[in-house]
Amino acid sequence: MIAIDQKGYYGEFGGAFIPEMLYPNIEELREQYLAIMADDSFEKEFRQLLKDYVGRPSPLYLAERLSEHYQAYIYLKREDLNHTGAHKINNTVGQILMAERLGKKRIIAETGAGQHGVATATVCALKGIECIVYMGEIDIQRQAPNVARMKMLGAEVRPATSGSKTLKDATNEAIRDWINNPEDTHYIIGSVVGPHPYPDMVARFQSVISEEMLWQLKEHTGKEDPDVIIACVGGGSNAAGAYYHYLNKDQVRLVAVEAAGHGIHSGESAATSVLGTKGIIHGSRTLLMQTPDGQIVEPYSISAGLDYPGIGPMHAHLIASGRAEAVSITDDEALASAYFVSKKEGIIPALETAHAFSALDKIEYDSSDVIVVNLSGRGDKDLATFIKHYDRFHK
Amino acid sequence: MSRIKKLFQEKKEDILNIYFTAGFPQLDSTEAVILSLEKAGADLIEVGMPYSDPLADGPTIQQSGQVALSNGMTLDILFSQIESTRQKTEIPLVLMGYFNQVMQYGEQQFFDRCREVGIDGLILPDLPIYEYETFYQDMIEQAGLDISFLITPQTSEERILKIDELTRGFLYMVSNSSITGAKKGISDKQVAYFNRINDMQLKNPRLIGFGISDNETFSTACQYANGAIIGSAYINTLKDSKDIRETTLEFVKMVRGESVKV
Ligand SMILES: Cc1ncc(COP(=O)(O)O)c(C=O)c1O
Repeated sequence: MIAIDQKGYYGEFGGAFIPEMLYPNIEELREQYLAIMADDSFEKEFRQLLKDYVGRPSPLYLAERLSEHYQAYIYLKREDLNHTGAHKINNTVGQILMAERLGKKRIIAETGAGQHGVATATVCALKGIECIVYMGEIDIQRQAPNVARMKMLGAEVRPATSGSKTLKDATNEAIRDWINNPEDTHYIIGSVVGPHPYPDMVARFQSVISEEMLWQLKEHTGKEDPDVIIACVGGGSNAAGAYYHYLNKDQVRLVAVEAAGHGIHSGESAATSVLGTKGIIHGSRTLLMQTPDGQIVEPYSISAGLDYPGIGPMHAHLIASGRAEAVSITDDEALASAYFVSKKEGIIPALETAHAFSALDKIEYDSSDVIVVNLSGRGDKDLATFIKHYDRFHK
Repeated sequence: MSRIKKLFQEKKEDILNIYFTAGFPQLDSTEAVILSLEKAGADLIEVGMPYSDPLADGPTIQQSGQVALSNGMTLDILFSQIESTRQKTEIPLVLMGYFNQVMQYGEQQFFDRCREVGIDGLILPDLPIYEYETFYQDMIEQAGLDISFLITPQTSEERILKIDELTRGFLYMVSNSSITGAKKGISDKQVAYFNRINDMQLKNPRLIGFGISDNETFSTACQYANGAIIGSAYINTLKDSKDIRETTLEFVKMVRGESVKV
């Protein structure tokens, strides 16, 4: 049985390893998040916004040309069609309503690919709340369109200049901001990471993905259950959402796809399930890439959203317990999939999602299998990268 | 009796606790810094284990940690430096660091090694009291180590009482909710908080830290607690130091108000 306990542990992973300065905010959230989410007015506003503002339900699409190529029934869960172009907005809509009910006046967030930053800036604009997004200096360069979008939406983008200048460091800066602003600020974390109750809260907001899959699959195939669900994992929020209602249906295989960068053992990778050991990152006990002396290792991936040295505690538990299979995909494999899927289906996926598509080349399956790939986001933000590498893949 | 408890029994006020990052500015500065601090008149020393991702620390301590790590500092090196320095001094030494470092070293081995080399107490800001009580309290007590927990202006009265009960040695009173090195000076609001804690009649002695940097802030803090903790301000002076002994002597004098610094 996959479940989270009272103290925020999935098996041995999770918890809330935070400095005392953060305790009141985390405790307030922990005490209230379930009650707020269960409240009728919250539920009503959340569902309404998902429908009218985000555009849910997102379609479940039978990708016929991909199915023919791979010789299986391949369905795409179209989170790329959401407002702002990725699954991230499911969570930010939920958290902005949460922040409102907690009486918070100021929102902070971290972002890697910029999708979570854009989704946060968007809901802050919607509610007229001040928004500050921390983003690594390197990511500011490689995801420039999203930086422009955040600014246009009225958010302030603050560069994180320490460490690897990517997602990990942006998260550090957001946490430090929260310590410095203990009273009026809510931190909208963008994935199923961080101290309890964040991993559980974000997973619940994202669980709408698999909630829809249940009835959509039934409509398409006559059965609620697919054989396989594939999702990419940075922190793991789109995967958590796609798995959520299938976690305790053991007949459904869960495939978690990580970024192997230049190769798992190249020294430039973010393949946490292979390279990670148990430890604490951003307040959670999980698997992370670190030295034998407990220093966090700087990860690498071409995809800013997967360029993170840890994974959410739910995924650490799913992988450690054997419930989920981990697959690692290199930069070049992901790029090849992005070009391939674009031509086959007329859908340009995000670089993160391209990793999930690559897993189709790696895993075993039967020709009768129903496989859902969670299409977590669209590739507009990655065009500069796709153009840069285009010739190398089109000789 | 532990060196920390002995200190607080013998001295009730104006206790000066200085933090430094081990391995900064040089890998082998540890001994010179500790002995200089003792000679200059610090009462207690907090030895910082440099960490890649110190969430509760501001830029000064972050950068000193980066320098220490690129100098090659590791926990094993630090422990052996302390072991040999311990032969030369009886000053209480508190090890401060993030819990991931302890986990990777192996919790039991870490606590045993602390004891062996002459560490007296621990400050592990991201070890929550729930995990402490559930998994580590017995180990730490059996190793004979003291432990300080933090309280902040936002900590509830009920929780302060709980933290006071679990603390052994001294309570670390964070002056203002912030990361280290962030704010300067002490406001009326902070004084009200100091007074509120004073009135609680806690069992442990208290040191005030965060934002203490000079004679003015140190003296103010000492009016409301048994003493105070300085970190970033000392690291900043070490950064430009040519002679650790001299810099340290001058710094401590400045803090204690024994000479005027221009
Ligand atoms: C499109 C897309 N997919 C996936 C991710 C990875 O995040 P997570 O693992 O939380 O789903 C991101 C993150 O930025 C993203 O933008």
